[in-house]
Amino acid sequence: MSASRRPLPGWVEIGLLPLANIAMAFLLVGLIVAVIGVDPFHALKLLVLGALGSSESIGYTLYYATNFIFTGLAVAVAFHAGLFNIGGEGQAYIGGLGCGLAVLALDRYLPTLLVIPLAILASAAFGAAWAAIPAWMQAWRGSHIVITTIMFNFVASALMVYLMVNVLIAPGSMTPQSRGFTASAAVPSMQAALQWIGIAVAPSALNLSLLLALVACVGVWIFLWHTPWGYSLRTMGHNPEAALYAGTNLKRMTMLAMCLSGALAGGVAVNELLGVHHRLVLDFAAGYGFTGIAVALMGRGHPLGIVLAALLFGALQQGGAELNFEIPKITREMVVVIQGLVILFSGALVHLPRPWLQALFARKG
Amino acid sequence: MEETLTLVVATLAATLRVATPLVLCAMGGLFSEKSGIIDVGLEGKMLMAAFFAAATASLTGSAWAGVGAAILAAEVLALLHGFACVTHRGNQVVSGIAINILAMGLTVVLGAAWFGRGGQTPPLAAAERLNPIFFPVAGDNVLVYVALLSVPFAWWVIERTRFGLRLRAVGEVPLAVDAAGISVSGLRYRAVLICGLFAGLAGAYLSIAQNAGFSRDMTAGQGFIALAAIIFGRWRPMPAFGACLAFGLLDSIAIRLQGVKLPGVGEVPVQLIQAMPYLLTLFLLAGFIGRTVAPKAAGVPYEKEH
Repeated sequence: MSASRRPLPGWVEIGLLPLANIAMAFLLVGLIVAVIGVDPFHALKLLVLGALGSSESIGYTLYYATNFIFTGLAVAVAFHAGLFNIGGEGQAYIGGLGCGLAVLALDRYLPTLLVIPLAILASAAFGAAWAAIPAWMQAWRGSHIVITTIMFNFVASALMVYLMVNVLIAPGSMTPQSRGFTASAAVPSMQAALQWIGIAVAPSALNLSLLLALVACVGVWIFLWHTPWGYSLRTMGHNPEAALYAGTNLKRMTMLAMCLSGALAGGVAVNELLGVHHRLVLDFAAGYGFTGIAVALMGRGHPLGIVLAALLFGALQQGGAELNFEIPKITREMVVVIQGLVILFSGALVHLPRPWLQALFARKG
Repeated sequence: MEETLTLVVATLAATLRVATPLVLCAMGGLFSEKSGIIDVGLEGKMLMAAFFAAATASLTGSAWAGVGAAILAAEVLALLHGFACVTHRGNQVVSGIAINILAMGLTVVLGAAWFGRGGQTPPLAAAERLNPIFFPVAGDNVLVYVALLSVPFAWWVIERTRFGLRLRAVGEVPLAVDAAGISVSGLRYRAVLICGLFAGLAGAYLSIAQNAGFSRDMTAGQGFIALAAIIFGRWRPMPAFGACLAFGLLDSIAIRLQGVKLPGVGEVPVQLIQAMPYLLTLFLLAGFIGRTVAPKAAGVPYEKEH
């Protein structure tokens, strides 16, 4: 090890280093906003107001965050196993296919209490299946999972366009979307749920899928840190040879990690299709898979960090839309720029501020 | 008979048109990958270059200024990739993905702020574009010939020069290169910069030669297809070139097959043909076509011992 990787005190490593990374990303964003000719502080104020200013905007922030929690967890679980799953997008998309097929087949015959759990299971199963193929190729054929999952995103997109245009399109419909789901397949909106216990909020896209996302967080936390499988999975990520020596079947563990990852990505379909669109539509997963990478890196792969990062990106997504409304010069794609910079600084350049922090803390620590 | 001939010539010309950016990108990516730096960010570099080419050509009225700006834009991202992967030994895939997403956002943000057309640049006049040289119908602008020449050039540099030998060595056993007293970082930076140059040309081709302006996400996965071509060609220039042509042919056939019923098969879904490059690469990677041979040190940051 070279001298540049000396250990830092724990609180600096866990708390300060990630903050320094994100601060650099946002400094650059401010610079870009200034280059465009808008006062960055004014833009920031509008963005925060747009994300948190009313119960409606908070609702939308949490709704976006729900998707990001799912894809962030998906990326993180694979990352802990040393696998870089870039296919969250395609897995969420195909998860939606499973979700849609289950609902279209069952919603006229079964009650809500059966349709929704089955649809959730179908989303997870299809997402897992779409991740299982690259996992198999990695484990048994040694093909690089990054390349294969990228390819699978494109294949998923082509497959879904074909199915939506030719097979699943509602009879007589001009746009490629399926028939609407019946009310028995609708996940209740948060507004309805809160009204039921006597709290009035403005309607938004937020629905009870958020609770499913939070349950998934707890589940992932228990699985990764409090079960033998999670222990083996993380061991494999740190040191495959050690894991092999400890008796882990690396091939099977690769399959497990990727299937779990794909199943989590399938959660996006639950939030989007059962919670908001109430029908199978094209491109409902667009962009969420990639944001998941930013969320997982920023949250350092821990469910708690992922929730915080997902909230931040949810706020950016919602606030960005409002900001665009107030200042048309700043388009919604500014959020994409921020994602890119966060991935760069919290991922590829994660060690950039280390020497500075070492100069400050290492001697004392 | 003459009709068939016209069809064949038209399809071949279309193939070359589609394959040109793939070839340029693949040759660039080859240099980077040979040196041990995985480049998932080809797509982003090409997109950024396409935007700056069209924006500059539109503002200055000169196509060549556009080409220059494209190269500059791609080189900035290439240097960023090098800074993250070589200097800071960061994760190469993460860096590449970051560059892709950054380019996806930044091109639209800057485009909308500067031109106010929802991320598009103003349509370019003929004088602001690279126009066909010999055959107006075929669209044989200068970058098509550059792409065709880039293949023997890449082969010659990688296989027949001292730099190429060192490049291959640094991608296989960087320790040996270091022990021989040659800078691993220096070689990898040079490889990354060559990659940026080619990706820049590919981007310029998209927005000021093939099309008359930039539109959002206009690369549409071509950077990844180029990456697939490198894998398909087993990290060698000539076979990678062949793969690019094959993918280009698939694309031009896809356009012709739209809505056509083939005897015995029925209508082939366009989506299937569009997904074909990815499916073929996946089959190859799964080992159905043969074992792939990536440079051994690709993706592994080199840590110099003190």
